[in-house]
Amino acid sequence: MTKIDSKIPEGALAEKWSNYKAHQKLVNPANKRRLDIIVVGTGLAGASAAASLGEMGFNVLNFCIQDSPRRAHSIAAQGGINAAKNYQNDGDSVYRLFYDTIKGGDYRAREANVYRLAEVSNAIIDQCVAQGVPFARDYGGTLDNRSFGGAQVSRTFYARGQTGQQLLLGAYSALSRQVHTGSVKLYTRYEMLDLVVIEGRARGIIARNLVTGQIERFAAHAVVIGTGGYGNAYFLSTNAMGSNGSAAIQCYRKGAYFANPCFAQIHPTCIPVHGDKQSKLTLMSESLRNDGRIWVPKKLEDAQALQAGTKKANDIPDEDRDFYLERRYPAFGNLVPRDVASRAAKERCDAGFGVNNTGLAVFLDFKYAIERLGEDVVRARYGNLFDMYEEITDENPYHTPMMIFPAIHYTMGGIWVDYELQTSIPGLFAIGEANFSDHGANRLGASALMQGLADGYFVLPYTIQNYLSDQIQVPRFSTERPEFVEAEKAIKEKIAKLKAIDGKHSVDSIHKKLGHIMWEYVGMGRTKESLQRAIKEIQALKEDFWTNVRIPGDVTDLNIELEKALRLEDFIEVGLLMAYDGLNRNESCGGHFREEYQTPEGEALRDDEHYSYVSCWKYAGESSAPELIKEDLNYQFVKVQTRNYKS
Amino acid sequence: MEKNINVKLKIWRQRGPKAKGEFKTYEMKDIPTDTSFLETMDILNEELISRGEEPIVFDHDCREGICGMCSLYINGHPHGPATGATTCQMYMRRFADGETITVEPWRSAGFPVIRDLMVDRSAYDKIMQAGGYTSVNTGAPQDANAILIPKDVADEAMDAAACIGCGACVAACKNGSAMLFVSAKVSQLNLLPQGKPEAAKRAKAMLAKMDELGFGNCTNTRACEAECPKCVSISHIARLNRHFIGAKLKD
Amino acid sequence: MWLFTSSVGRKVVMSVTGLALILFITFHMAMNLVAIFSAEGYNMVCEFLGANWYALVATVALAGLVFIHFAYAFWLTWLNRQARGNQRYAVTSKPKAVEWASQNMFVLGLIVILGLLLHLFNFWFNMQFAEIMHKDLVDMGGGALIAPHDGAAFIAYTFSKVWYVVLYLVWLCALWFHLTHGFWSALQTLGWNNQIWIERWRVISYVYSSIIIGGFALVVVWFYVKSLL
Repeated sequence: MTKIDSKIPEGALAEKWSNYKAHQKLVNPANKRRLDIIVVGTGLAGASAAASLGEMGFNVLNFCIQDSPRRAHSIAAQGGINAAKNYQNDGDSVYRLFYDTIKGGDYRAREANVYRLAEVSNAIIDQCVAQGVPFARDYGGTLDNRSFGGAQVSRTFYARGQTGQQLLLGAYSALSRQVHTGSVKLYTRYEMLDLVVIEGRARGIIARNLVTGQIERFAAHAVVIGTGGYGNAYFLSTNAMGSNGSAAIQCYRKGAYFANPCFAQIHPTCIPVHGDKQSKLTLMSESLRNDGRIWVPKKLEDAQALQAGTKKANDIPDEDRDFYLERRYPAFGNLVPRDVASRAAKERCDAGFGVNNTGLAVFLDFKYAIERLGEDVVRARYGNLFDMYEEITDENPYHTPMMIFPAIHYTMGGIWVDYELQTSIPGLFAIGEANFSDHGANRLGASALMQGLADGYFVLPYTIQNYLSDQIQVPRFSTERPEFVEAEKAIKEKIAKLKAIDGKHSVDSIHKKLGHIMWEYVGMGRTKESLQRAIKEIQALKEDFWTNVRIPGDVTDLNIELEKALRLEDFIEVGLLMAYDGLNRNESCGGHFREEYQTPEGEALRDDEHYSYVSCWKYAGESSAPELIKEDLNYQFVKVQTRNYKS
Repeated sequence: MEKNINVKLKIWRQRGPKAKGEFKTYEMKDIPTDTSFLETMDILNEELISRGEEPIVFDHDCREGICGMCSLYINGHPHGPATGATTCQMYMRRFADGETITVEPWRSAGFPVIRDLMVDRSAYDKIMQAGGYTSVNTGAPQDANAILIPKDVADEAMDAAACIGCGACVAACKNGSAMLFVSAKVSQLNLLPQGKPEAAKRAKAMLAKMDELGFGNCTNTRACEAECPKCVSISHIARLNRHFIGAKLKD
Repeated sequence: MWLFTSSVGRKVVMSVTGLALILFITFHMAMNLVAIFSAEGYNMVCEFLGANWYALVATVALAGLVFIHFAYAFWLTWLNRQARGNQRYAVTSKPKAVEWASQNMFVLGLIVILGLLLHLFNFWFNMQFAEIMHKDLVDMGGGALIAPHDGAAFIAYTFSKVWYVVLYLVWLCALWFHLTHGFWSALQTLGWNNQIWIERWRVISYVYSSIIIGGFALVVVWFYVKSLL
């Protein structure tokens, strides 16, 4: 059996990162210029890494599929970014941030990685402020904070409801500066189509110019993947239309392990699905749960009346409302972590208490907040979100409660990386949401921005040098080498094959079918049977895809259907992986809820004895099931216990 | 209440930057009014594909009004008739049953058409690269609270920073000027203490790049501000002018 | 030189020349009002501004301002049309917040220039220019002879003709539109603006333009009505 080395440094938890930095190998400035690094993706992780590596003197090639680095989907993060600054004097510390994150992740993350994340969190805020990120401030001129689910301190820094945007623009401006100096070369509207491995090391990529349709080869000494998550396997998610898991799957097919694929986060506060023409789901910020109260009717007949449209929310008196989160989790109430809130909503809807015509929605009510604070205060806090809600649903949330339902939002799983963020292929690194590292089985709000920037600004630029230090003698590779030629040939053949199918179904129509399978059988509640069924159906869908897809137009030119088809092929692979992983993990934890494993009260039931490991999946060929490799999560510093948000 | 409507989509089709474009009209039947405009475009594309035709190419990504990717000029307005919203945030209930909706790409020399409704906005990246940053390296900064920034200054910087770089200002401007975009970035950074050391240099460099890339001269029509999906104010243009003129007079 | 090479520089030239011209017409309007109260007083001013060296220098400077303002307007319009690209929108729609004048400054400017030519023909040609040419009397046709320094008589003569009155009022109307935008726009270009002042300057623009144009129009109408009595 393959042995896994996560390369965690020796020493006490708080000293591991300092020890690492003190003893790692570095590359001297003259040699940095001779080393090329490919960074794929320009989100928080990709842009910050490319900028930082460029500043250090490396020669960076940075790719993105959008027309500008600033469009990466990090831009859509609303709420904020955590840091252990303790500016509010409420008892926060690096340890507490670390502990909350480990606990929030349901004890399925690596202690050393998470501690390092908490440790560098403060430097991120300093860095972003220096870049001119306009964080919210108090009248005295100091930084303001807000609180988020799963924490009992206020440690979230924010820039209105657009924190992700502002942080990304900060990283983008740092990146722009490096493009100006010439240390970073930008390739926009380019999509990575394969990883090139030479003598066991990642040495380049094959990418398609999305404007001209040309397939091009790029060589480098190391490749960094920062391409985000794979939530769009569900078709409907809060991800952007272009978000995809393809780069990760290409690395997986080339031998990189894929870790914990079944850990997908379902965000509790999204606008419910309204029809089969819908293209994406819109998130309403988690911050709404600070003041909104979530409820469904107590009486089934009320719920049925709501579903039939014969009753309105305001017709139901307070005593007939079931504030189920407050009822079940008195200590955290409406501010329980996302996985808990989502499952609770599903439980009520499954029991028939859903409040819209599809029966798949619950109320998020601001009536009480307006009574308590006045409409003006509520408007000042959430006005833009309310306007957005009204534009989409045509209902005024000041007068009728919002309707919300959980939706796929973030994927904790991803490419397996060690402490150095290096994958199981030497020279291949993965950062941000694309890797699996820091959130365990569930991510807390405002932690994704923290992790993306931690990886890009403060972790990878160090750890990559440890790898590159012995690469300084390696000359630049020619892209005429057989490995490049073969990789390009394989891609061209695949594209030709896809085009030749000339079937009857559009890419999107097949993608919707995949989404349906994923949501029904690998969704919020999974069972052994549902997952087995998912595997069978996805395999059948794969067949369907390869016989029925239609790609109109010229595939050697700009072709949006080809782009989608190539991504969908990889989503099918992701779907399979998620189902295999979910089937293997006979426990419920975080974003993975197996209905067989729950307490009598319906809470997730973890099995630490048997499943306290990272499941790493190794590609075993087109027609075989992947091989499972386990990395034991050896908790040494934290006592593993059942998460409790009740008291 | 939600209902279904029929509309005609009159859409600009253009094969490439040099090719001659033309309008094509497509009939859309039974579109639910709670469908977003871009979803209507999706429905149309599905129909085109099922007929073996090539789908209409348009830029879009986040579909929640923040990435700045979507860019359609609908019925004479960038991002359509709604104010303070992007194309992707617009729903069909804004249109009447039987209405003809004209959809064009951004038209400006600075944004050449790539295909159909997709345009090349890389000029904005180039302007950013000319000076849209503070020259600070990773790892160098002091503690975040060591710089005190009055709330009103931070708020005004945030107002400017809300720009999503979509290009609607250029599309709306009869002069094809990118002043609102340039001034929003200059204003954000020049307002903050962190950006002050390079304020004059930034104003000159970004403006020079804008001119070099062939954008027009601002004549203060305020069309950009009226059409901006993030309601960025032209007061930022005044600040850019002030900083630019001040810097030139000092030289 | 940044006043030629940069977009803001070019706009600064427009602003500065524009503001100087506003100052000039303010003075001109004040002078015209004198004609209503006293023909002698008005003629004194006319004499003062006859073929004297300082008046001639000022005239040349004024012509320079107009020329620069006009030339830059042509240049900027040409540049802006290029920046707009070859393909026009099929459908355009003016947002409510956009002033009509602001999008039609060039056309309004052309009307103003045509009006100016008419005005020069009616007055300057017969007055300062006639003095330069050492004419003692100007033949207005139909037996009317007026001395070049008798401005009041020229006014009375010109505005007794209804078509001149109409042309002048059209001209003034165009100038009013031009000024309502031009005034605050000049200040905006020079950077003397912010979120609070933007609305104030706009109001000031409208009030100030109305006062100036009102003054000019009053003289025109006054003398027309007087000619009817």
